[in-house]
Amino acid sequence: MAKKDSNFISARESRKISKENMKITRQLDKKLSRKHVPESEYLTKMHDEGNVVEFDDLHTYFFTDVGTVKAVDGVSFNIPVGKTVGVVGESGCGKSVTSLSLMQLLQRPQGQIVSGELRLNLGDKAYDITKMPIRAMEKIRGNVVSMIFQEPMTSLNPVFRIGFQLDEIIKLHNPELSDEEVKNRSVDAIKMVGIPDAEGIYNRYPHELSGGMRQRIVIAMALVCNPRLIIADEPTTALDVTIQAQILELLRKLKGEINASIMLITHDLGVIAEMADYVVVMYAGRIVEKGLAKEVFLDPRHPYTIGLMESKPVINKTVDRLYSIPGSVPNPVNMPDYCYFRDRCEKCVGRCDGKYPPEIHVSDTHIVSCWRYFDDQNRGGKE
Amino acid sequence: MSEMSPNVVEVRNLCKYFPIKAGLFSHVVGHVHAVENVSFNIKRGTTMGLVGESGCGKTTVGKTLLNLTPKTSGEVIFNGNVHLDQLSARELRDFRPKIQIIFQDPYASLSPRLPVGEIIGEAVREHHLVPDNELDAYISRIMKSCGLFDYQKTRYPHEFSGGQRQRICIARAIALNPDFIVCDEPVSALDVSIQAQIINLLEDLQKEFNLTYLFISHDLSVVQHISDTVGVMYLGNMVEYADKTEIFANPLHPYTRALFSAIPIPDPTVKMNRIILEGSIPSPANPPSGCKFHTRCRECRGVCSQAAPKVMDMGNGHTVACHMYDPESGYDKEKA
Repeated sequence: MAKKDSNFISARESRKISKENMKITRQLDKKLSRKHVPESEYLTKMHDEGNVVEFDDLHTYFFTDVGTVKAVDGVSFNIPVGKTVGVVGESGCGKSVTSLSLMQLLQRPQGQIVSGELRLNLGDKAYDITKMPIRAMEKIRGNVVSMIFQEPMTSLNPVFRIGFQLDEIIKLHNPELSDEEVKNRSVDAIKMVGIPDAEGIYNRYPHELSGGMRQRIVIAMALVCNPRLIIADEPTTALDVTIQAQILELLRKLKGEINASIMLITHDLGVIAEMADYVVVMYAGRIVEKGLAKEVFLDPRHPYTIGLMESKPVINKTVDRLYSIPGSVPNPVNMPDYCYFRDRCEKCVGRCDGKYPPEIHVSDTHIVSCWRYFDDQNRGGKE
Repeated sequence: MSEMSPNVVEVRNLCKYFPIKAGLFSHVVGHVHAVENVSFNIKRGTTMGLVGESGCGKTTVGKTLLNLTPKTSGEVIFNGNVHLDQLSARELRDFRPKIQIIFQDPYASLSPRLPVGEIIGEAVREHHLVPDNELDAYISRIMKSCGLFDYQKTRYPHEFSGGQRQRICIARAIALNPDFIVCDEPVSALDVSIQAQIINLLEDLQKEFNLTYLFISHDLSVVQHISDTVGVMYLGNMVEYADKTEIFANPLHPYTRALFSAIPIPDPTVKMNRIILEGSIPSPANPPSGCKFHTRCRECRGVCSQAAPKVMDMGNGHTVACHMYDPESGYDKEKA
């Protein structure tokens, strides 16, 4: 094949790009690492007080030496108080980066929130996370918003006892508590996630526990400061089905007990259907469809959502041949300006060659980004 | 070789124990009972699914079947009369192309230093399956049937995505014209849409080359889609074995029931009647006495912790190892 690889860039080009990147990231980094930033600078107002978090046109880019990767490119959705929002998509679609942006845990300096607002409701006030300096963020992280990671093996530190790791979080966010009170709270948290012999576990090391137990400890760590929002990033992917059932049951129970919202990130549609009230489907850094779980599962509109659902074998539902979405995800460095899914879509219409489709309301809560429903919107608007 | 024995593989009471070594001179202090008394047959051109939680011995079954780890006891018979452990080194080498394996992780199972054409063609050349001057065309044909392109022959594995790498692994196995392939979690590391492509490819190849698969997976919905018969393993034992339709419609063993009820269904309107198992899988180095499942079983009675259950044939080739179905075991159905 004589055709030159379109991904190829010369060393000179790469140097030029990295120099430019450095300029941009340094500027952004400087802004974030300032000390003594007045609170007024990142104070904001929620558009709807019933939401814990509002993602508003969030753009998170990675400035790499081969070009800018738009990992999250204009994502907007809300997480209402006490509800579970499921984010689905294949690997590399930006679902984890969305959650890491919320925690300000992006790999800096390459990873940066470039624009958009990320409003976090603290009850009496609201902060814009995108403008928050690192120092202020430390008070939020693990306290108001906490995270459950995918790998329970790697997210616990192997050289410290379970108790120490739990105490650390409580002490950090509640420096006024005495050692004994801290320990009591840790033990309570271990009991809360359904582990018998909490005192014994308190003094154990992570390697002495099984995978399911470790994931319970990670959940206990996330709950220990009574957060308003728990981000669960593929909490059950590394676990067996029977253990997965235990963990999902536990999350559902705890959500009711502490009245927190959950942002559940997974690629397993089954888990989403079971847990989520709202569903957000992401593809290549953008939301292609969002709505109530019932709407998205029973009446999927976007060809990608439909393809995703048909390509998964479902128990007790026999098909001769699984549907497989043709092609693969486009190169994230230079995304096309038309619909990102066009090249893999079997239901293209003429408009698909135009610019990226707008958000089209199928119902009040059900939104899809696809040109096929453009007329529906017009009709819906007139009625 | 008896040309068309109906069973490609017959497994009789397969056991595999791994020694646990300790101390300065690494003396053996115990054994991990990874596989115990597993028996099954796989008919030509069919797929057997093997499911169970991690650590239950599914992969060990696959590996001991192919003699990649020597078995402790029992018999594995290929094509009606080939015992791998009785073959001489030379005979074993000649038989190897007939039995192949596809591994779970396509990132780890391809040599990063060989171009794809060489990865696929190396074993073909070693075994002289095609004349040297036709080798190149042969590799192209195999790659095409696995959905790879001719010009990718000179590329290296790192240039491919996960799904394409798994295609390379499949092409490598297919190239030797095997009878039997062990698929050890071939789609677990892949995305849903790529998973569907690979499953379809495996099914197409099965029809084209009349292949027989042992499909090892923990994803029950995938196993239900691809298999003809299904075996459920728990802690080294095969607890239930039956036809696909039979086992999914009528699971008998309490473990199978719990396992099937734990599968999340992508439909928010379905209310699951879920059986949640307590605790996690016990250590295979020190398994519970009697029935190994009794520590987590809802239907546990006194007899369960004392005697190991016999394998009962419930008709239609549906076998189950549980005291509940053995009238002579003394299992008390009434006692709560």
